[in-house]
Amino acid sequence: MNPVFRWFHQLGSPPTFDRFAARWAPWCHLLGLLLLAVGGWLAFQVPADYQQGDSFRILYIHVPSAWMSLLVFALMAFYAAIALVWRIKLCEILAMACAPIGAAFTVITLATGSIWGKPMWGTWWDWDPRLTTELILLFLYLGVIGLYGAIEDRRSAARAAGLLAIVGVALLPVIRYSVVWWNSLHQGQTIRIFGESSMDSSMLAPLVVMVVATKLWFLGSLLARARADNLRRESGKDWVVKLAQVRP
Amino acid sequence: MSAETDPSPPLLAARALTFTRNDAPVFGPLDFAVAAGEALLVQGDNGAGKTSLLRVLAGLLHADSGEIQFDGKRARPDLRARVIAYLGHLPALKADLGTLENLHFLCGLQGRRVRQLPGNALAVVGLAGYEDTLARHLSAGQKKRLSLARLWLAPAPLWLLDEPYANLDLEGINLVNRMISAHLRDGGAALVTTHGAYAAPPVQTRMLLLERRA
Amino acid sequence: MSTPTLLQAAKALLARDLRLLWRRRGDALQPALFALLVVLLFALALGGEPRALASVAPAVLWVAVLLAGLLSLDTLFRGDAEDGSLEQWILAPVPLAWLVAVRVFSHWLATGMPLILAVPLLGELLYLPHAQLPVLLASLALGTPLLSLLGAVVAALTVGMRRSGILVAMLALPLFVPVLIFGAGSVARSAQGQDPVGALLLLAAGLVLALVLAPLAAAAAIRIALN
Repeated sequence: MNPVFRWFHQLGSPPTFDRFAARWAPWCHLLGLLLLAVGGWLAFQVPADYQQGDSFRILYIHVPSAWMSLLVFALMAFYAAIALVWRIKLCEILAMACAPIGAAFTVITLATGSIWGKPMWGTWWDWDPRLTTELILLFLYLGVIGLYGAIEDRRSAARAAGLLAIVGVALLPVIRYSVVWWNSLHQGQTIRIFGESSMDSSMLAPLVVMVVATKLWFLGSLLARARADNLRRESGKDWVVKLAQVRP
Repeated sequence: MSAETDPSPPLLAARALTFTRNDAPVFGPLDFAVAAGEALLVQGDNGAGKTSLLRVLAGLLHADSGEIQFDGKRARPDLRARVIAYLGHLPALKADLGTLENLHFLCGLQGRRVRQLPGNALAVVGLAGYEDTLARHLSAGQKKRLSLARLWLAPAPLWLLDEPYANLDLEGINLVNRMISAHLRDGGAALVTTHGAYAAPPVQTRMLLLERRA
Repeated sequence: MSTPTLLQAAKALLARDLRLLWRRRGDALQPALFALLVVLLFALALGGEPRALASVAPAVLWVAVLLAGLLSLDTLFRGDAEDGSLEQWILAPVPLAWLVAVRVFSHWLATGMPLILAVPLLGELLYLPHAQLPVLLASLALGTPLLSLLGAVVAALTVGMRRSGILVAMLALPLFVPVLIFGAGSVARSAQGQDPVGALLLLAAGLVLALVLAPLAAAAAIRIALN
């Protein structure tokens, strides 16, 4: 068997995954935090925008968060699909661990979008198509989390919530398209605050750093959450008891 | 498992069947087979997993490991549907429909033995005269008899009966035993669960005892 | 007959559901009554002035129909789940998705159709301009089956639960958003003097897709829920 394949297969065993997650989660978090600090510092090195002043810097949090909120949803649906077809317990755990993290990124996106918009629109909210889609995405996340929590049997709960995530990811482009259509219907030409403005290369560096930082942070959180869920599910088994005894 | 000289594969064969719920083992690993003309009595205390076993065999639950074969072929949904008739705890009767209406629907859904009619089925189970009674007006025992009527009409050879004697009086118990005997004579097979010794099929050839996993 | 064909099973299920509907025909009025209630509440909240009501009439009617449909989702599978009928559907030799599709259709006949028939009357209460009524009815004719199909997936996911109320609403609403947007939007476009056909065709396309995919998803969800 291919060594990479074998490594994946072994990772599915709960004790192996526990060791893997325990080892790598802290590093991911640490590296993520470090890059967040670097990105933050770089963000303030970039000269202020002549139009928006300093407030534009919040895009360095807003944009990576928005991308993560979508990426995590897709990843959640991917894990859920594997869990549904091949009934792999670890993928169920990973899919469900993605949900709260993705929801958090969505909330950050909405909050930063709101904060950024206040100086621009004068109000805390505007029914901009992207923010509206993010809000609906938040409801999809909350639905998955809610459904997972509402069913007693953990495996059925993960499979049901996973199916919802798959349906959600399939409908997300439709939702996005409908919201854009709706927005053009009622507001004519929208002012593209978050438009596809071409960015100067000097502005790009902090963004790239922040994007990598959020991915690392997500990885660390995913491993930590999945490890916790794994331990909870396997509680009572020998290896967990042994683990609990070893720790001071 | 059964050392048969008969080369044809048994109607049902289960190998190394295990089932867990919430990561706690319910039963397994089980190995057994049921051939045409045989009845298997599954006994065990409450919580031993008898209902779960039947539901796994019926395809309502997914086994954690092991294999199920019908007539030597792997259990696929369409094969399973043609081989199995399941009598569970819930009677699958609509309260607002009459007895005949309920039977007509269930036959339309799952098929009917040729040359048998719902009217005959009612007579066989002792519900003649209740053709127009709504199911909500039937007693628990009468509802059980109606479910047995559905079973009697089903074309499937393998019967999975979960506590078939529940809610029945002495006459009802005899009815179940008569039905099982006739079914086995016709070349069918039956798996019957019961948790007590108060009733058992008269032609049981084997017993499967499920012990409660701690 | 031994193994029923798809058509035979569909006819049996449809006959059963129509018979059940007839035995409890009062229940068919409930979604329409709820929509009437929503309309009444909006009229009371907005002040009953004709111009104000007429401007929001199509949107309010769409929301009323959507909410009524949401409430009626509970009856889609719950009865059959509770008496064990759903188990027998899974065990039947016809595909579960096919039975789900037939069930959704009969449920729509019992809940969506009365709603559509009630809309002209409800429209009068909100001073809906008569010119907008045909487009509104067309959008509802395409939209309510779509809502039923999408709702079926959510109803199937929550079929085992007691008291799922708010959870069902929260799960269904993101799925309903595109239907609401294109449905109410088509009427808005026609009110603005533009062609609503584009939005209606999008609804129709969505309906066709949902007719194929939603029963499959709902069947998978039922199997998971009955585990």
